[in-house]
Amino acid sequence: MTATDPAPLAEGPPAAGSPTGARTPAAGRGLGGPAVALLRNRRARAGLVLIALVALFCFAGPLFYRTDQVTVHLDLAELPPGGGHPLGTDANGYDVLGRLMAGGRSSLELGFAVAVATTVVGTLYGAFSGYVGGVTDSLMMRVVDTFLAVPGLVLLLIMVSMFSPSLGGIILLLSLLSWLSPARLVRGEVLTLRTREFVQAARMMGGTGPRVVLRHLVPNAAGVVIVSATFTVADSILMLSTLSFLGLGLPPPNADWGTMLTGGLDFLYDGYWWLVYPPAALLVLTVVAFNLLGDALHDALDVRLKRT
Amino acid sequence: MTAYLLRRTGQAVVVVIGVMVLTFALIHFEPGSAARATLGTRATAERIAVFNAANGLNRPLPAQFVTFVKQALQGDFGTSYSLHQPVSALIAQRLPRDALLLGLSILLALAVAVPMGVYQAVRRDSAADHVLTVVAFTLYSMPDFFFGLLLVALFSVQLHILPSQAPQAVSVGGILADPRGLVLPVVTLTLVSLAGFSRYVRSSAISTLAQDYVLVARAKGLAESQVLRRHVLRNSLLPVVTILGLTAPAIVTGAVIAESVFNYPGMGLLFYQAATSKDYPVLLASTLVVGVATVVGSLLADVAYGILDPRIRYDRD
Repeated sequence: MTATDPAPLAEGPPAAGSPTGARTPAAGRGLGGPAVALLRNRRARAGLVLIALVALFCFAGPLFYRTDQVTVHLDLAELPPGGGHPLGTDANGYDVLGRLMAGGRSSLELGFAVAVATTVVGTLYGAFSGYVGGVTDSLMMRVVDTFLAVPGLVLLLIMVSMFSPSLGGIILLLSLLSWLSPARLVRGEVLTLRTREFVQAARMMGGTGPRVVLRHLVPNAAGVVIVSATFTVADSILMLSTLSFLGLGLPPPNADWGTMLTGGLDFLYDGYWWLVYPPAALLVLTVVAFNLLGDALHDALDVRLKRT
Repeated sequence: MTAYLLRRTGQAVVVVIGVMVLTFALIHFEPGSAARATLGTRATAERIAVFNAANGLNRPLPAQFVTFVKQALQGDFGTSYSLHQPVSALIAQRLPRDALLLGLSILLALAVAVPMGVYQAVRRDSAADHVLTVVAFTLYSMPDFFFGLLLVALFSVQLHILPSQAPQAVSVGGILADPRGLVLPVVTLTLVSLAGFSRYVRSSAISTLAQDYVLVARAKGLAESQVLRRHVLRNSLLPVVTILGLTAPAIVTGAVIAESVFNYPGMGLLFYQAATSKDYPVLLASTLVVGVATVVGSLLADVAYGILDPRIRYDRD
């Protein structure tokens, strides 16, 4: 058990309005209450609207605004906005507005793919570990601790410098690093749920291990899982941009906001603002949106989660 | 407490061994890549074989691992392939610089985040709280490198107030002699950790404000400033100890970026350069140092928390 475990805190007197005591079984299935609470929350609404707008821009935008994002046109490089290029062109002659759409697609796809992969793996791992308990649990958690002890970027740099991966490869690598925190959180939830009456009843009625884990423990840990998945989307998009800055991002002709921003920063002092601020604004806006939504979900689902 | 400490230390040792196995396995995943990275792409097979033999890279992996552990325990991490210096000397030279950079940034971040978080908690849902929340979220959502480069563009290129490069002096004293160069790297790292800290203090202070002892303090007729300073602030500071342990990995990530942006000769830059040039000994040693620091840090944070807050009893779990 290290500092990220909520357990040492839970040893103290329960805080006012502590959810662990009051939570009803299978709260994961009837999300009506939390959904209403979520939509009443201003941060949630802001986050959801922003995410919808960005997704619309990236996925529906290219249907109306067609650009060539594959062929390099050096004769059209670094044109200022105007004349058929609303946001100008970059150093390779790509249309910046169209590239923002393409870049957003890979950033969003990556974020979602990592969130889904890590949620599935992390939840199952954590639930199993917490349910089984004993030496197995202890060993499984030391594996998580080991990965957590080495900062994500450090592991990523080692791996990326070895493999120089594609989009799928980067998704895999980011997932390898991001399943740890859902695993810990779900385990923590399962440890408190395991002793509850409805779980004991399910076992007494002959429920097998997998059934108890999947039907009773995992749905009740859904709150933590959803919140952590939302933050994972934000973190993955940021991490991809950091990798791009270090020159280890997606290989061309792939586009992503981080690479665009890094490329644009080379021209920051030349006054080519359209290469810097549009990708920066979209990147920050998207990450803020997912963080806002995650924060609001955290409140709506009454999750006790510590964010690092 | 003693039993807890022993168990916790035991776990920490297991994790450190895990970190060693993990980094070693990762780095040696692609055989021969170190030779190619060091000797260049046109190196002949014979030269690669000579390089591998000289560095013991042709031996079986388990044997290499045993040698690595034995030497590491004696503080010997081998010689850097690209810098041709003992790795332990490189690290000994750079660690104090990181202590300076990271220490200053964390202190500064706490000095701003604690008042900010408590203020937001007291004025919860006011306009000021919302503005500061937006600021914190934006800071949190910005890529670290963008931040650093924006600061450079503003303060170095536009206003010519501050240098864009960190001081390159060898000693910590030399770096301190040129404090202007430190400003931008420290500010970048401060802003990176500020957002997380302030959100944490805010939610901690909100739950402290709801406690009965705060009600009692107010009912006794204490001035609001007294209530805040003596009861709310002190109790809200407790969990900050934990977050210091929690954020260690994020701070290391920030250090890698900030050191690359400002060319600050610390561990982060050393690690980044080693990763891109496949300098195995440096990669292994620096990952190990960071891993051990993280494990020890979170251990210390847990222990400190138990000492500071007598309500926490570790023995019962």
